[in-house]
Amino acid sequence: MKTHAIKFLKRFAGVVLFVPALAMAAAAIHLDKAPVSTDQQRLQNGARTFVKYCLNCHSASLVRYNQLEKIGFKKEKIEEELIFSGENAGSMMTVAMTPADAEAWFGKAPPDLSLIARAKASGAGSGADYLYTYLRSFYKDKTRPTGWNNKAFDNIGMPHAMWDLQGEATAEVTFDKNNVKNVKLVAPAVPGSMSAEKYDDAVADLVSFLVWMGEPVAGTRKTIGIFVLIFLAGFYVLTHMLGKTYWKNIH
Amino acid sequence: MAANSNFPKYQSDGTRLGNALEWFDARFPLTSLWKAHLSEYYAPKNFNFWYFFGSMAIVVLIIQFVTGIFLVMHYQPNANLTPAGLPIAFESVEYIMREVPGGWFIRYMHSTGASFFFIVIYLHMFRGLLYGSYRKPRELVWIFGVLIFLCLMAIAFMGYLLPWGQMSYWGAQVILSFFSAIPVVGDDISTYIRGDYVVAAATLNRFFALHVCAVPLALLGLVVAHILALHEVGSNNPDGVEIKKFKDENGIPLDGVPFHPQYTIGHDLPANVIMLMFFFAVLFFWPEGGGYFLEYNNFLPADPMATPEHLAPVWYFTAFYSMLRAMTWNFFWIDAKIWGVISMFAGVFILAFLPWLDRSPAKSIRYRGPIFKVLLAFFVVSFAMLCFLGTKGVEYHFFGYTPSKDSSPLSILISGAFHTKLWTIYYFLFFLTMPYWSKIDKCKPVPERVTFK
Repeated sequence: MKTHAIKFLKRFAGVVLFVPALAMAAAAIHLDKAPVSTDQQRLQNGARTFVKYCLNCHSASLVRYNQLEKIGFKKEKIEEELIFSGENAGSMMTVAMTPADAEAWFGKAPPDLSLIARAKASGAGSGADYLYTYLRSFYKDKTRPTGWNNKAFDNIGMPHAMWDLQGEATAEVTFDKNNVKNVKLVAPAVPGSMSAEKYDDAVADLVSFLVWMGEPVAGTRKTIGIFVLIFLAGFYVLTHMLGKTYWKNIH
Repeated sequence: MAANSNFPKYQSDGTRLGNALEWFDARFPLTSLWKAHLSEYYAPKNFNFWYFFGSMAIVVLIIQFVTGIFLVMHYQPNANLTPAGLPIAFESVEYIMREVPGGWFIRYMHSTGASFFFIVIYLHMFRGLLYGSYRKPRELVWIFGVLIFLCLMAIAFMGYLLPWGQMSYWGAQVILSFFSAIPVVGDDISTYIRGDYVVAAATLNRFFALHVCAVPLALLGLVVAHILALHEVGSNNPDGVEIKKFKDENGIPLDGVPFHPQYTIGHDLPANVIMLMFFFAVLFFWPEGGGYFLEYNNFLPADPMATPEHLAPVWYFTAFYSMLRAMTWNFFWIDAKIWGVISMFAGVFILAFLPWLDRSPAKSIRYRGPIFKVLLAFFVVSFAMLCFLGTKGVEYHFFGYTPSKDSSPLSILISGAFHTKLWTIYYFLFFLTMPYWSKIDKCKPVPERVTFK
């Protein structure tokens, strides 16, 4: 009888321990799954978009231009295609604007983007998912000083940098009875130079590049990891066999 | 190390190496140390899975020391900003990750090692609970262990500030501000600890000094004391019986085996290879540990002007953070904050009293009664719950429930705040009522000798 009670309690404890896992499953905001790629062509494409659209205000001051050789750029190509400010390939990807100026002009200095893909991860999704959703969620909003707002980041200070690609996206904004804002994105009224699919592709490439930049060594890390684990598995077999011999005569 | 005098000095076999060893051994207790602590230290032969974690803790300790030394070569405890606006401390960690050859590996070893240290230490401590390893005559072994745990928490807390990210900064800010709740002298104490009115450059520099020098020294000394005390009284085992009671004609315990090589190579080495497989699996494929080993917000540089929306300490502190948050009442006109700090520290220190709280006739769970088994199961639940709730905001509810004005009072039962209080009370009652229930529990008869295969 008693053992039954204990068995029941063990099961109960198991269930209680499992509750947090269930409870955590409820996510807050919906993020689109980012199609992150490690393909070099796509990363290079993302790098070009980054340099053209982001690197004017946002720095990536932890990344050296010549590190882009790791995603397949030739050294001369880097200076030719990506550097417009007379720096050399050994420089960090900084911007001319100082943080103090930026704060005076925009109210808040645009954050450095070197680690943005790692920093933006949350319970709702990976950092890439956030960025992929965010960069496709801008809409025109007359109430904002820049004329732009964002569904994933309400009342954002930054205007839509890639509006010429996506077009002037708009949204239907409604408020429910609890005054909670509800934003429904609709197709751009003024089309951009890219179709919706092409824009999504361009953003996916850009996000892939931001992910790469967050941890350039990630690919190498995983490759080395496979070899380390295979080695340790083999080493375990040897140490296990060796260890057993010491216990053979102990009874 | 009184035991050393029992061993004869080494006699040379006439070879050159033998002569050198004899010369050395006459001047230094080399062979006697080796024998007393390794080759002629007899450990019970019935160790099981739970006895791996002590040696694993030593392996992780070595990893932390070696990688820490290399990190100090490149890390800069400097809160000033680079021209691009990043704090130099924050930037230097990323410099290690990106520019120092192999630096990412060293840094991930250290960050993964921090979490693994707590994983193996928690399991090591739980082993003590299972088999009564803290009971007479091992009270000091246990107390040194509790002090090691305390040092470990101090090191982890200070080390976490060093990358100078958002979580580093605000975690330290919140925890240190709790000291200001101490009546009368509180504000002065927190200012003294921080070296400034807020967490600032002075705090970073002193935490660096304490993290890389002072506390590791204390930790190392305590580890030596922990092992010396253990080897003085001998190891406990899963049966909780003393192997020293039955010795052969040479005074060697009948149920003992030499620690080296049977346990070092025959037991701990393969186990540590398995541990390293888990370690490197995390390091190479999951270094952020789902945001629990490296918190996502800590990839943002410290910004004293912007508090993160959601603040939680690293996972290994969350149980004690929950105990801190459980106190929301101002007893005896003293601020709830200070009761929180007291309960957080009490949660650790109460462990040190275990040897005197436990009055069961049997040490090991194998022979203890149903009350212990049930209460221990719930103790595990309480610790897991407190760990989990510490990672959540105060407004957290289970099952994704959001209370509104007209929700039923029963919704309190699924609120995180209620469970934080409930399981904190359980955690303390488990210890405080132990003298009573451990005595009346129906134990099975304990065998004279260990059970082996």
